[in-house]
Amino acid sequence: MAYSEKVIDHYSNPRNVGTLDKSKTEVGTGLVGAPECGDVMRLQIEVDPETHIIQDAKFKTFGCGSAIASSSLATEWLKGKTVDQALEIDNMDIVEELSLPPVKIHCSVLAEDAIRAAINDYRIKNGLAPLEEKAHLH
Amino acid sequence: MLKLPVYLDSNATTRMDNRVLEAMLPYFTEDFGNAASRNHPYGWKAEEAIDYSREQIAKLIGSSEKEIIFTSGATESNNLAIKGIAEMYATKGNHIITAVTEHKAVLDTCKHLEKQGLQVTYLSVNREGLIDLEELAAALTPQTILVSIMFANNEIGVIQPISEIARLTHAAGALFHTDATQAVGKVPVDVESMGIDLMSFSAHKMYGPKGVGALYVRRKNPRVKVTAQMDGGGHERGMRSGTLNVPGIVGLGKAAEICQTEMESEMKRISELRDYLETSLLKLPESYVNGSREHRLPNVSNISFKYVEGEGLMMGIKDLAVSSGSACTSASLEPSYVLKCLGLSDDLAHSSLRFGLSRYTTKEEIDFAIECVEKAVVQLREMSPLWEMFQDGVDLSTVQWAAH
Ligand SMILES: Cc1ncc(COP(=O)(O)O)c(C=O)c1O
Repeated sequence: MAYSEKVIDHYSNPRNVGTLDKSKTEVGTGLVGAPECGDVMRLQIEVDPETHIIQDAKFKTFGCGSAIASSSLATEWLKGKTVDQALEIDNMDIVEELSLPPVKIHCSVLAEDAIRAAINDYRIKNGLAPLEEKAHLH
Repeated sequence: MLKLPVYLDSNATTRMDNRVLEAMLPYFTEDFGNAASRNHPYGWKAEEAIDYSREQIAKLIGSSEKEIIFTSGATESNNLAIKGIAEMYATKGNHIITAVTEHKAVLDTCKHLEKQGLQVTYLSVNREGLIDLEELAAALTPQTILVSIMFANNEIGVIQPISEIARLTHAAGALFHTDATQAVGKVPVDVESMGIDLMSFSAHKMYGPKGVGALYVRRKNPRVKVTAQMDGGGHERGMRSGTLNVPGIVGLGKAAEICQTEMESEMKRISELRDYLETSLLKLPESYVNGSREHRLPNVSNISFKYVEGEGLMMGIKDLAVSSGSACTSASLEPSYVLKCLGLSDDLAHSSLRFGLSRYTTKEEIDFAIECVEKAVVQLREMSPLWEMFQDGVDLSTVQWAAH
């Protein structure tokens, strides 16, 4: 399969690989996917409690090049956004930016799920109501 | 200078030997005759070439030259053997035994026959990829007409106990077919001493051309016959019609001859390179060889790298032409059924690579391959949440995965 240049770039030079301290209240962690499905993504955000701005974002992904690129790109986009702005990131934005082929759209969906899961974790930790389930058109 | 990507997929196909090409060339142009033309020298010359090829092949497999039926490859040979026996011996019985790790050319042929009412038993394999002889003995019935078990597996290279299988099969009055596509030319194969009644093989796996192969059909003790699966001019003793592919058959013969003379030294050289590759890669933690290491072809190594995803791994080793245990061309990943039959979990099957060495593989290429794989595995593990969890002592089987 031919990968787009941007996917190759993120795969070869992934941005923000790493781990944040998940015991901190400012850190939200989202772990989505399953090993037997071939993708597991862990996305973490560190939020400034005053401004609600995401100051840091890290990921680790077990998956194909497109899954790695989707999560790497997501961390880039998350940094500097407020939590509410982060929720507006749509999987189709990722598809477009990385020129993902139809069979790889699920990687972008997973990245969006990981963002929501991380934000949810952050909200619950800080006494906020969890987000409503979002229905995906896979 | 290495030619990239480095080719390590010799179980898929091999580069044709230049000596084979040279032997074939005249039969495309100058000596273009039809081997069935009995009335002029063009035909005689072609027939002579075919006969010579039969001799070369017969020597390699320990048969008589009259027992070689030329086909278009191992897929056709398997179809002809299994369907041909089922049809020819229909009055004797309606039961066939095969194994779950066979090539699709055998499995799907058996499924086809099942739809027509035949009974098929699919023997399981153990973690090593070997069938259980007791299970075979128990499966044999007076209705059994054929046992078809591959000589060596194309994904893991595991070699089945062929002589023992043949003995049990004959004791029960059935015939024994083996798909030896991966074995012929690579390891000693002797149809007489091993008790093989029918055997499929293919030129392109042994440095010959694509699209030509053969089916060995025993003529004595017992005399075996298969019903032709294509109607036509009655070539190949009526078992396989169609004008013979003279250049291809000449190529198969030459390939067989070269394999025979070079097998001993080649087996030694290739298995040493393979072992070097394998022991080097096994230094990576959580890497496992799939299938028996003892009963195995000298040119294959199938290794799983835990906590690394297969497609991501393939992308990291794009300078190597290898096969992976996952056929992930779509969103729904299909791990190798052979590896699953060994009891591997989906994720371990996905993270496997098959290295296939050949006559042309060099030490330099293997060093390069080791470096590529090590680098990719280490990098991907640094990026893998599963690797981190494993290192932190988390039992991944207890994690509630949020599958989407
Ligand atoms: C074990 C086995 N059987 C059969 C085949 C099919 O051979 P051919 O390509 O000659 O039809 C192959 C090759 O893919 C094989 O590895």
